Parts: sequence; C-alpha cells; structure tokens
Amino acid sequence: MEKDIRVRQIIQKNISEKSRFADRIMPVFFFLMASVSVLTTFGIVATLTTDAVKFFQAVPLREVFSTRLSPLSATPSFGILPLINGTIFTSLIAMVVAVPMGLAAAIYLSQFATEKMRKVLKPVMEVLAGIPTIVYGFFAYSFVTPLLMRLLPGLGAKNVISPGIVMGIMIIPLVASLSEDAMNAVPNIMREGALGLGSTKLEVALKVVIPAAISGIMSSIVLAISRAIGETMIVTIASGSSKNFSFDITQSMQTMTGYIVEFTSGDAASGTTGYYSLYAVGLLLFAFTLLMNQMAHHISRKYREEY
Amino acid sequence: MTNAVNENEKLVYEVKGLNLWYGNDQALKDVHLDIKKNEVTAIIGPSGCGKSTFIKTLNRMIENIPVVRTSGEILYHGENIFDKSIRVEELRTRVGMVFQKPNPFPKSIFENVVYGPKIHGIRDKKLLMEIAETSLRSAALWDEVKDRLNDNAYGLSGGQQQRLCIARCLAVQPDVILMDEPTSALDPIATYKIEELVDQLKAEYTISIVTHSMQQAARISDRTAFFLMGELIEFDTTETIFSNPRDQRTEDYITGRFG
Ligand SMILES: Nc1ncnc2c1ncn2[C@@H]1O[C@H](COP(=O)(O)OP(=O)(O)OP(=O)(O)O)[C@@H](O)[C@H]1O
Ligand SMILES: [Mg+2]
Repeated sequence: MEKDIRVRQIIQKNISEKSRFADRIMPVFFFLMASVSVLTTFGIVATLTTDAVKFFQAVPLREVFSTRLSPLSATPSFGILPLINGTIFTSLIAMVVAVPMGLAAAIYLSQFATEKMRKVLKPVMEVLAGIPTIVYGFFAYSFVTPLLMRLLPGLGAKNVISPGIVMGIMIIPLVASLSEDAMNAVPNIMREGALGLGSTKLEVALKVVIPAAISGIMSSIVLAISRAIGETMIVTIASGSSKNFSFDITQSMQTMTGYIVEFTSGDAASGTTGYYSLYAVGLLLFAFTLLMNQMAHHISRKYREEY
Repeated sequence: MTNAVNENEKLVYEVKGLNLWYGNDQALKDVHLDIKKNEVTAIIGPSGCGKSTFIKTLNRMIENIPVVRTSGEILYHGENIFDKSIRVEELRTRVGMVFQKPNPFPKSIFENVVYGPKIHGIRDKKLLMEIAETSLRSAALWDEVKDRLNDNAYGLSGGQQQRLCIARCLAVQPDVILMDEPTSALDPIATYKIEELVDQLKAEYTISIVTHSMQQAARISDRTAFFLMGELIEFDTTETIFSNPRDQRTEDYITGRFG
C-alpha cells in the first residue's frame, strides 16, 4: 500500500506543462464549423430572396394568391394556391401513412421486440430508407396507381393518393428510427418505476415511455413533414403536373417541388417572370420548412417532460 | 510558534466563510471548517442540507452548474482554490472524487483504471500496468478482477464497480479523496469492504466522506461535521459529536429524534 510518488510527479509535470492552446482554440474552431451551416443558410435565403423580389415586383400579390396558375399561356398567371394545395395534399396523405405506422414500429422495436427481432427488422427498415426516391416514384406510378385503380375506378393515371401513400412508406423508417431513439433514451428506472406499480408493458409504453419521449417523437414527425414537403421525384412522376386548383385527390396535382422540376428541366428563359417564379416558389418552400421547425420547437417545449 | 506552523502544515483544507447560492437560493451559509491531513472527515446532516454541495465545492465540481455563485475562501494547502492562478484540472487530479452511484466508463476494467494517468500523458505500457495493479490492489479489487482486466467494467457488481471507481481515482495519486455517499447503493458486505478500505487509505490520503449512516460516520471518521439547512452546526472529533454534542440539534439528529 506504499504510495508511489513517481507517477504523481509525472502527472504533475505533464499537467503543468500541458498547453492550454487546444482548450482555447478548439471551441473557436467548433464555432466556425457550426457557422458554416448557418452562413450557408443565410446564403441560400439571400439568393432566393433577391430573385424572388423581382418576381414579386412583376406580379401583383392579388395574382400570386389566386388559384389560376398558367405560366406559359398567352395571358400568363402566377397563382400559387394550386401548388400549395398539391403540396399539402400529398404531404398530408404521406403523414397519414407514415406517422401511425412509424410510431407503431418504434413502439414495437423499443418496447416489445426481442433482440433477435430487432436485429432483423432494423436493417430491413434502413434499406427502405436507402432506396432512391426515383425508384419509389416509379413504384408509385407503375404499381400502386394501377392497383388503386381497381379499387377506385375513377382514379387518374396521375393522382395524389398513390404518390402520397408511397411517400408515406418511404418516410416510415425516418419516423420509426428517430422515435425509437427517443424512446430508448428514456431511462430504464422510469420503466421499472411503472412496472413496479403493476403496469403492463403496454401501459408502460403508452403512459410512461411515450410521454417521456414526446419531444423526440414530435421532432421526428416534424422532420417527416419537412421531408414530405421537400420530396420531389415521387410526386413529379406519379402526381403529374396539373395546375388546376381542386380538392380531388384522385386526380393529378402539381406540388411546389414538381413545379420547380418542370420549369428547370424545360426552357424557362432566364430573366422572364416564369424564371423568377422559381425563386419565389423556392423561397416559399423554405418558409414552409422554417415554419415546421418553429412548430417543432414550440411543440417539444410545450410537451417536454423533464428527466 | 514552530508548533503553530506544524499545525498548519497538517491542514489540507481551510474553509473560511464559504457561502454558496443556486441562483437566489443560498445552499451554504458562512461555513468555516478545517480538514486535517490523513484524517477521515465525515459530513452528515438531513437530506438537502448541503452536504453534496459542500463536498463538490472542495474540488470546484460545483462550478459545472451554471447558476452557482460562491463567496469566501477555501484554502487548499494554503492556496485559495478560487484564485485565478489555480488550474482546476490540476486541482481535480489532486482532489479525487467518488460518486454516490458507481460511474465507471463503458470501457474495460483496465482502461477505466488507467484513464486518468493516460490523459495526463503516461504512455509507458509497463508503467500503466503497474499503476493499474497498485491502484486495484489499494482498492481491494485486484484479486477479484486480475484475470478479467480486459472485460467490460459493467460486468462487475455494484460494489465492485464502486471499488473500481475508487481505484480509478487512486490511479492519478491524489492527495485528497472526496466521497459522496459512496456506499448508499451497496449491500452490507460491499459497504464493509469500502469502509475497511477507507480506513486503510487514510494512512496515505486525506478523505472526506458524506454519509447518511450514523454508524458509518462513527465507525470510520476521525472528525464529523453536522450540517443543517446550509449551516455548519457543529464540527468536532467524531467521538465528541457522538457522545457529547454541544448543540441540541446535533444530538437530535444523531439520535434520530429529528423532524
Ligand atoms: N443544481 C441545483 N440547482 C438548484 N438547487 C440545487 C441544486 N442542487 C442542489 N440544490 C439545492 O441545494 C440544497 C442542498 O442540496 P445538496 O444536494 O447539497 O443536499 P444534500 O445534503 O447532499 O442532500 P442529500 O442527502 O439528499 O444528498 C437543496 O436545497 C437543493 O434543493
Ligand atoms: Mg447529496
């Protein structure tokens, strides 16, 4: 039990010689790295805004918030509502599919699945997340739509339901995996506390784990919504480019992203109003996601159970 | 005069007029207390009286809570630990800490013990092995783990994990060891082992231990400090505190007649 002074001396010497340089400089470096993404955001907003402003100078607001969108006609009109409509409907359908299924999958994986089951299911789900969206789009157009046509005879070849559902399927892994992480982060002592009071596993999952993990679950849902709003390929292929303002989800609608694809792959001459309209739509998309993020913040703060 | 100097050399800590606030709530009020070399100082008192707060102030761990403010002095071998010139990492290698819940790293037993020496620049494999062995021996854990040093530390029992944490603390060869209810999660046998260990360690180290167990304080400590609502009510030799306390509140507490 003799104390060996040698080690103490080495430690003492090293610690007094240890340069504080890294401790000082690294936080600055980390800050700079963090700034990159912030600056990029500002850059994007600035670019979008400058050109979007030109659009708004050329087109009166009354027209922008109208339902008539026909950018290429002889008397062009740039009503944005059809696009917003298309975006909201496709995203809504996607959420109807993705949220319940994703949450159910998360609850199963984190609360009920055996280790063996998890080992099989998780990688399979991750594969689902890794499929390129163009494949999903193709799948929606050439498989899901024909299938749905048998159930809904009036369904158009391009429609909102089919890409909505497929987009939902694509998003399930995102919801499931983020929610599962949030549920797994709930400390075991909480589960044990509830089990110790005679709760069933199901009650523990629904009354203890989910409330404790709600802010993470909410963020996963909001992320999923952002993902759906921004999703492009599936809707471009399977929901088509109808610019009519309607609420008929069995028919084609164009989304904001779909509009941008159509116009950038066509020949929108730079400098025309049509060209600037792309930036306006881009800015709007950005505003949507920003709004979603704010909501996520707000919701998760409101529902937070601290632990 | 020479006597007084000698007395002072024996003082590891001199706490002078220490106040501490969490935001606006004062958790320590004008605490004066000396800790002597090679003694075990027990800190007792009801829940929420500031024991953990006090002990965490001794190595400035308390500063990790952003709302904390302090005033007063804590002299460690005559130097105020709140001085700008004090390097807090160095202070913490000299004043080690063992926590209430065993908190080994999710690494092997060996890596846990040599973590401190490694981050402080010791690379020599042979020396590290030596440090691991002596530290584990000092923590009375060597015989139980010597054949499984590369196993994950979480495979150990709670009591073994706690002794591993003590070994980890000893590996940087501190001068003081602070323990915050180190046995509250342990069974009587593991508790007994740790108490015995404390008794052996005090030949080489100065120890301060927070405990809720009167018996434990009486068994292992030389001096006992009784806190109540942030105030140090009484501080004396353990014998005096337990047989002949000056303050009624101390007597009420140790005899269990409190609140
Ligand atoms: N992080 C914190 N923020 C605000 N107040 C705190 C914090 N930690 C402790 N306190 C308050 O400081 C007081 C002392 O707490 P401390 O943890 O030191 O008590 P304790 O004597 O160690 O109690 P126990 O025996 O239960 O461990 C308490 O009133 C407590 O509520
Ligand atoms: Mg405490």
